Order: sequence, then C-alpha cells, then structure tokens
Amino acid sequence: MSSRQLSRTDHVGLHPKPGEAFLGMPPFPQAAHVALGDDQLRRNLGHATSTIRTKRLRAVGEVPDWEELRLAGASIKDHTLANLDRYLIEFEAAATAAGATVHWAADAEEACAIGVAIARSHNTSEVVKVKSMATQEIELNEALAAAGIDAWETDLAELIVQLGGDTPSHFLVPAIHRNRNEIADIFRDRMAEVGRPAPDDLTAEPRRLAEAARLHLREKFLRAKVAFSGANFAVAETGTLVVVESEGNGRMCLTLPEVLVSVVGIEKIVPSFADLEVFLQLLPRSSTAERMNPYTTMWTGVTPGDGPQEVHVILLDNGRTRALADRVGRQALRCIRCSACLNVCPVYERVGGHAYGSVYPGPIGAILNPLLHGVSDPHDAALPFASSLCGACYEACPVAIDIPTVLIEQRAEAVREKAGHPGPPDPERLGMQAAGWAFGKAQRLNRLQRLAARFRGVASRIRWLPGLLGGWTRYRAMPEIPQESFRRWWSERGSGRSGLDTVDASADLLDQRRSSSERSQRPPQRRSSTEQGQPPPQRRSSSERSERVETSEETEQ
Amino acid sequence: MRVSLFITCLADTLFPDVGRATVAVLERLGCTVDFPEAQTCCGQMHMNTGYPAIAGDLVRGFAQTFADAEAVVMPSGSCAAMLRHHAHNVAPGAAVPPLYELSEFLVDVLGVTDVGARFPHTVTYHPTCHSSRLLGVGDRPYRLLQHVEGLNLVELPAAEQCCGFGGTFAIKNADTSGAMGVDKIRSARSTGADYLCASDASCLMHMKGVIDKEDRGHRSPARSLRTVHLAEILASR
Repeated sequence: MSSRQLSRTDHVGLHPKPGEAFLGMPPFPQAAHVALGDDQLRRNLGHATSTIRTKRLRAVGEVPDWEELRLAGASIKDHTLANLDRYLIEFEAAATAAGATVHWAADAEEACAIGVAIARSHNTSEVVKVKSMATQEIELNEALAAAGIDAWETDLAELIVQLGGDTPSHFLVPAIHRNRNEIADIFRDRMAEVGRPAPDDLTAEPRRLAEAARLHLREKFLRAKVAFSGANFAVAETGTLVVVESEGNGRMCLTLPEVLVSVVGIEKIVPSFADLEVFLQLLPRSSTAERMNPYTTMWTGVTPGDGPQEVHVILLDNGRTRALADRVGRQALRCIRCSACLNVCPVYERVGGHAYGSVYPGPIGAILNPLLHGVSDPHDAALPFASSLCGACYEACPVAIDIPTVLIEQRAEAVREKAGHPGPPDPERLGMQAAGWAFGKAQRLNRLQRLAARFRGVASRIRWLPGLLGGWTRYRAMPEIPQESFRRWWSERGSGRSGLDTVDASADLLDQRRSSSERSQRPPQRRSSTEQGQPPPQRRSSSERSERVETSEETEQ
Repeated sequence: MRVSLFITCLADTLFPDVGRATVAVLERLGCTVDFPEAQTCCGQMHMNTGYPAIAGDLVRGFAQTFADAEAVVMPSGSCAAMLRHHAHNVAPGAAVPPLYELSEFLVDVLGVTDVGARFPHTVTYHPTCHSSRLLGVGDRPYRLLQHVEGLNLVELPAAEQCCGFGGTFAIKNADTSGAMGVDKIRSARSTGADYLCASDASCLMHMKGVIDKEDRGHRSPARSLRTVHLAEILASR
C-alpha cells in the first residue's frame, strides 16, 4: 500500500463528507485498512451488528414457512423484472389516473434536475426528506443545495449523519458507526446552526437524544411545503407507493407538506397489491427484526383534501437496465434494502459501510455498484473481491439473492476488464496462469512439490514475503512444506512400504508435527517404482491413468 | 466399497497428513481406496479469483480423471462445494461423478458415526462456511467427533462466523482477512481447547498461520492452541 493512498484517506477522513461523497476514498482494500485501525468504529459495529443478528434470527425463526416466503418474494421480483416494461407503463397509467405526475429519469442528473425544478416552482428554500436510498444514490441533497435549497433529513439516524457532516454507512441504521456519546456531541455542536438548538442539559441517554431530535424536527415538519421521499414498493396495478419506517417521521413528511416528490428506482415495482403481503412480512423481520412494520404509509396519487395535493413520482433508471441485462447479476434487482446481508457479513462488521465507497455498502453493495456502473472504475472493480465468499449474505437474504455467485461472475468481469488495458504484466494474472499450468498435469505438480520440498528448510525461516504474497505474511506465519507430498507417499506406499502402520499411528503424526526438526532429520525417501513409470501391483486403475498422462506429457515435451 | 480419493491440491502439497489420515479412516471402515494419480485441483481458486476459463479446464480434468469413480471422497468442504455446485458454471456439460466431503460420506453413505477413534484432548470445532452453507453438512462432523473416545468437545463461540481465509481474499484483502482470523482465534482460545478442528485444510492453514504468528510474538505463549483436521482426529486411536 502506498503512503500516498493512505494520506489521501486521512485527508478525507474515515467518514466521508456529503457532496465530496466518496470521491477521495481509495478502493476497498486501502479504505478497509484505515477503517480497521479505528477501534471505536469496530466496537460500535461489532456491538450493533451482533445485536441485530441475534434479533433477526429470532424473528425469522418464528415463521414456519420462511423458506417458502423467501422463494415467493424472489419469484415475484423475478417475474416483475422479466416484465418490467409492461408493469412500469401500467404503474404510470394507474398513478396518473389517480392524480400523480409521473416523470422518467434515465440517470441521476435527470432525476435531480426534475426534483430541483419541482422544488423551485414552489419558491421554497427548504424541503424535508424521508429516509431514502434512491435520493442518496442520485445525490439529490447536493443538487438541491446547489440550487439554494436546504434539504433536511428527518429520519433520526439520517439527521445524526447530516448534522455530523458525514455519509450513511448502513441502509437501515445509517449512523451505525456512531455511539450515543458521539451523537450527543453532534447534537450539542450542530443543531443550533440549522434550527432549534439541543437542550442545554442534553445527556447521552437515548430518551433525551430522541427528545432533542423530536423538538428540532417538529419545527421543520410544520414549516415545509415540499417533501422528498423514496419508496419501498410501487404497485403497478393501483399506482400506489409504499414507504415503511419505524419512527413516524416519514409519515409526517408524507402527509403534512403540500407537495410530495418520490424518487423510485424502477425495480421497486410489484405487480399487484396482494404481492405486498409477501414483502411486508419479509422486510420488517429481515431488517429490524420486527414482526410487523411500525409505520406503513401508502398513497395513491392525490386524495382531495387529505395529504399532499401535488404528487410527483420520478421513476429512476440510473444503471438499473444495465444490471437487468446481466444474466447472473440481474437478481440483485430483487433487493428490498433490508440490510440483513450487511448485518451478517463478517467483512462489513469489521470495516463498516464507508470503506465500500458507495451509498450501497456491504455484500449487496459489492455486487450492486459494479452492476449499476460496470467495473471500469477502480472502486467498482475492487468491490467484487471485498468478500471471503462465506455465503452468510445469501443465507440471510429474504429474496434469495445468491450474492456469492454474482460476486464470482463479477470478479471474472473485473479480471477481463483489467486484461483489456495495456500495461505491465499483472503479477496476479501471471501467478494464476502459472498455477493453471502447474495444475494442468499431475506430473508438473509432482515435480513442483518435490522441488518445494528441497527448499523446505529455507522456507521454514521465511517471516516476510514481498509483493502480493506479503498480504499473507503480514498476518500469518507461512505453512511448513512437508518432506513429501501425499501423492509421493501414496506411490511409495503402493510400492511395498507399509502405509497403514504409518497412518494408524496418526496420533503420533500430531506429535511429529510439533517437532518438525525431528522429521526433517529423517533420511530422504528412495524414489519409488511408480515414479519411474512402473505401476505398483495393487492399484491398477489409477496407475493406468497415471501412465497415460505420463505418456502425453512426454509427447508434449 | 471402492472409494476414489480426491486429496485436493492443497492437502496433497502442504498437508499430506490429512490425506494419510483420510485413507486410514476409510480403510479402517472397510473401503478400498483408489488414488487416481492424474488428479490435481478442482479449480476453486481460479474460479473464485476471476479466471473461469482455467477453472473450467481443471474441472474437466477432474471429471476425466474420476470418470469411472463410484464415489469420490475429499477431505474438503470447499472443494466438494465447488465441484458439486459451481462446476457446471465454468465447465458446462462436464460429467462430475458422485462426490462427497468426508463427513458426508462417513455419515450418509457408510452410515457410521463411530469410526473407532480415540483422541483424549479438548477440541473445539469450526464448521467452515462452505461445508455448512454450501454443502449443508450440518451436524455430521459434530456427531463424528462426539463418538471419538476420550474427546472433550467444547462449543466455539460465534462458530458460524467466517475465519477470514476466503482463498485469494486472504492476500487481496489481507487486512480484513487478518482481522477476521484474529477474531476467530480469540474465540477459539477462549474455549480453553487444546485443538481447533475443521474439515478444510485451507481454513486450517490460515488459522494455524494466525496462531503461529501470534505465538511467535510471545516468547513463551501461555498455552498453545493447535489446529487439526477432522480426518486426523478420526484416524487417531
């Protein structure tokens, strides 16, 4: 890792600022290095994710047909995505008939321009916002700010993030990287700058913090003329939008202002109202571990005399049709942003959301970002590798997105993309090709194993390796190279040396391993008949094959 | 029963004891073990690092080498998962023979949970992600361990959490992998076990590497935790 990259990170800070967003962040491995050095962050994340994990397991365990529900969710989404063109038109027609205005935005820029134009047309200098991933994705707050309009986040955690001057690091608990003492400091320091100050005697007690936020936000709810939201679901059949939340702050935004603008990713469509039955069970149990969602707000266009009288829906593509065209990756568009995959991910738990350099962190972010943007940018290209492929995300996903399989596909895409660029030979590529060659024929592997055994003394003294392999020795000792490979032992065993005695004293093997010096003093074994090309008598079938390969190797040479 | 052993490239090259132990257990239970010497690697590392073409060649090589095998047994959950669940992605049409991870074969095919082993030590078991999540071996390794004479099995806290190996992840994201490894070893040490057992030589290599690195940092480590493959315990008597 170069010191240049590190100093760039230090400059941006661990928690990137909104607007400059993730521009100054290095790709994942370096960003993770910085995050891992923050003990407070690791404690905050470890505590929060393990609590949510335990609760989720309980909430999911209560549903006897959870697996069926999960597959139902996946298949409804798959069906919708396969017929998205039809359902989007159906949604537009139904929403329009109910009095909403539907806009289509190909990318973030178009979506922001539409949103800013609507806000401007009402001569407002501020808007309130419901927590929304789509508006963060398109950087709507920054676009509004550039037009002189303040956008106030009203979700408690989003408020903390906004006042703290950083960016969310989790879908559901965007301030998961903060503990309550940090939150109290943020409220005390920042609330006064943008509205009602925090009470003088504010403590870090959760009840007091919530009260301070309530008082601060209430003024904004009552004053705002325009609200922005996203949507969890958009029902094609009826033109209904659905927002689920836990605090009621979202409902204040969705009902009090005169104008409501919702930015909705095109993958949020479900065909019918009845389909919500599945998702309104899957989502709360997977995200907050609740049996039922506390506040579920649904609205269909305009209801005269009740709620916003001007309703806009901005249907957002911004890379989603690109993702839809990916045969394996398109399943990522099933995502209902529950964040279960973040909470179970051992990588996320240790590095937090910011290291992913996107509003979509964690396992789903690691596949979604490359699907939405491609892998030409180094940040996106690094994300598919930010996983040990442990599979905890797939297991937890309520719509059964096989994230590890998509990661593997995208790794191949990242490798292809890199190979397409001119430049010096890539050590990883050379290593993989060399390994592929060595594994191509058993005889090559055998020769390399015997060569390695000759250097086992030297290898046992290695404490540090250069380049790529240095990643291994930074955290782990090198494995010992054994005196003989398994295949060599096998061929000698077949040639008459008693194998069973050696193996059945297997408890002794463990002792032997403890004193490797003893083993290295054992006299070198004589070459067996098999290695000279003569099959041992008992093992005909395998040796015949081996002989065949031996011949072809000779032909090749 | 005739069993074809797929030793895996890693165990073959670096952990031959695992292979010898696997042979010992299978032969003790009356199997005739065959080792097709043309075998090399399942292609998992190449597939998972983004080189599906090379992985496909290796899968086809595996399929050819074991073409007439009745049952292929391997002491690795991740290689078994690779060949069972991902082989068709990189080598469409390759005829992969019936294959089993060791604990699957012992419990499901041979119907044995007591293999006649004796291992008088305190052991904690890490279930490894690909064994548990991709293969779904479930409690099979635990059942095998519970029947080992003298073995005191202690529960590993947060057992389901990945040890951080992840193949080339260990090198490409070494810092994160290292942090995961250190946390796993802390959990394992907290059990007071003498041995940390798993069914995958790759995860064990990483965990042993972390332990040895930690122990090296202390002039006299308070108590040493050793790693051991399930096959090695089952072969002991």
